[in-house]
Amino acid sequence: MTIAVLFFIIFFILKKGLPVLSFKFLTTNPGEMGKTGGIFSTIIGTIALTVTAVLIAAPLGIGSAIYLTEYTRENWVTRVIRFGAECLAGIPSIIFGLFGFILFVTKLKFGWSILSGSLTLAFMILPTLIRTSEEAIRAVPYVYREVSYSLGSTKWQTVTKVVLPSAMPGIVTGIILSVGRSIGETASVIFTAGSALRLPTSIFSSSRTMSVHFYILAREGISMSNAYGTAAILILAILAVNLVTYAIMHRFMRKYC
Amino acid sequence: MTRLERKESLIRIALLVVAFSAVSVLVVITVFIIEEGTPIMVKYGFKKFLFNLDWFPSEESYGLLPMVIGSIMVTFGALVIGVPFGLACAVFLTEFSSKRLRRVIKPMIELLAGIPSVVYGFMGVVILVPFIRETLGGPGLSVLASSIILGIMILPTIISISVDSLEAVPPAYREGSIALGATRWQTTRMVMFPAARSGIIASIILGMGRAIGETMAVIMIAGNAIAIPRSLLDPVRTLTSNIALEMAYASGEHRQALFATGVILFVIIMILNTIANVTSKRRKA
Repeated sequence: MTIAVLFFIIFFILKKGLPVLSFKFLTTNPGEMGKTGGIFSTIIGTIALTVTAVLIAAPLGIGSAIYLTEYTRENWVTRVIRFGAECLAGIPSIIFGLFGFILFVTKLKFGWSILSGSLTLAFMILPTLIRTSEEAIRAVPYVYREVSYSLGSTKWQTVTKVVLPSAMPGIVTGIILSVGRSIGETASVIFTAGSALRLPTSIFSSSRTMSVHFYILAREGISMSNAYGTAAILILAILAVNLVTYAIMHRFMRKYC
Repeated sequence: MTRLERKESLIRIALLVVAFSAVSVLVVITVFIIEEGTPIMVKYGFKKFLFNLDWFPSEESYGLLPMVIGSIMVTFGALVIGVPFGLACAVFLTEFSSKRLRRVIKPMIELLAGIPSVVYGFMGVVILVPFIRETLGGPGLSVLASSIILGIMILPTIISISVDSLEAVPPAYREGSIALGATRWQTTRMVMFPAARSGIIASIILGMGRAIGETMAVIMIAGNAIAIPRSLLDPVRTLTSNIALEMAYASGEHRQALFATGVILFVIIMILNTIANVTSKRRKA
């Protein structure tokens, strides 16, 4: 039943959206508020926003995971950190949007920009990154570490040279999952990155992502066919992200489990 | 202390600081939202803010009651639809399906979780809303439509956490029950469910949090009228859509009132999260 719903959604969007897709649709900028033209600038906006967000969040997330797994025992500190991460994961995106708007857009005067948007997104994906990296690092057999210590390496050397490389596939999985989440995110991005249709020139320019574009097209009834086209690209991107994640995870699991 | 040791201890401290990033983000968010939202609540009167029926920002009248009731109705509706389906699916996956089937279905459920909420909203607009309008009457944009779409959206949360907790029940429980002559279904109902209860409750609460917090899909299909709905077919506005709809042009007190809406939402979510956290902790202990 659940699967039927899934197939129905994917099939429906692709059926209506694929005919709209063409090389030109992907490579021309939207014209007349999105009524004509393609979605080029929104693709660039999505990529810029997502990449920046991951660049900000990944070091924080992986660092937290290393601390939680390698540098400490379970105590009140780890409980506080875990509780914080879990709460953060449960906060709805609209709250992140409000927060990003007040802190980055108005207080820090970044304006509606890729920077504001990606900082907000980075906070949103942080819990996912912490959790998946932690799981990946924990899955590395303890013997690996013992061998490394017995060879006289320090903790940090062990972490960077032995543990992290072995946990990499799992960590990458987490990163890809966060990419997927960033691509689909709308509510928080619309208030922090704005919805300018121009091609972004720096991280301080406002940019519209594909999901925001899709939302505006569909909600304001600007162009149904372009909306379907954008939705199809979104769905394809999410599908690709999930397939890659699954493939990497599968290989990782076979190695250790 | 050698140079190497000093480096090691520096790294340890740096990692500790990084590890607190999530907590500090949480604190900063809490502080900012509350700082921005509470002044107007105090000025306008908390009770009036929460229980007044009129939301006319242009006339400085900020009553959230319709939105609070809207959020509650839609969330409850989503649970009515999502919980039975989700639990049935989880039971099927853990108790009645082969391992191979489970390996195929689980990633698909994750995929369902990955579909952007705007796409769900859009599906609601182009398929569900016209369907409701034609078969049941009313404007179509309604409590019913939002409940169904939200019910589908919370399925992955409910399914994956319930599956995890059902799988965590020691196999000896199931074997013991079957050895006593119980059927599969009896085992599920009388042994597995009680044993996995706290995890299942946590999954429902988290699903509830997701339904309350959902914004984009709800804006597109709920109709957003500021009135307490009289039937399932009436349009409704939730707390989240109230914020998202008016944020674009709000300023001054109006904007503060939207932040205050955010505070209320935030408090609800934190309460739900804490309950979910405590129930799932108890399971481990």
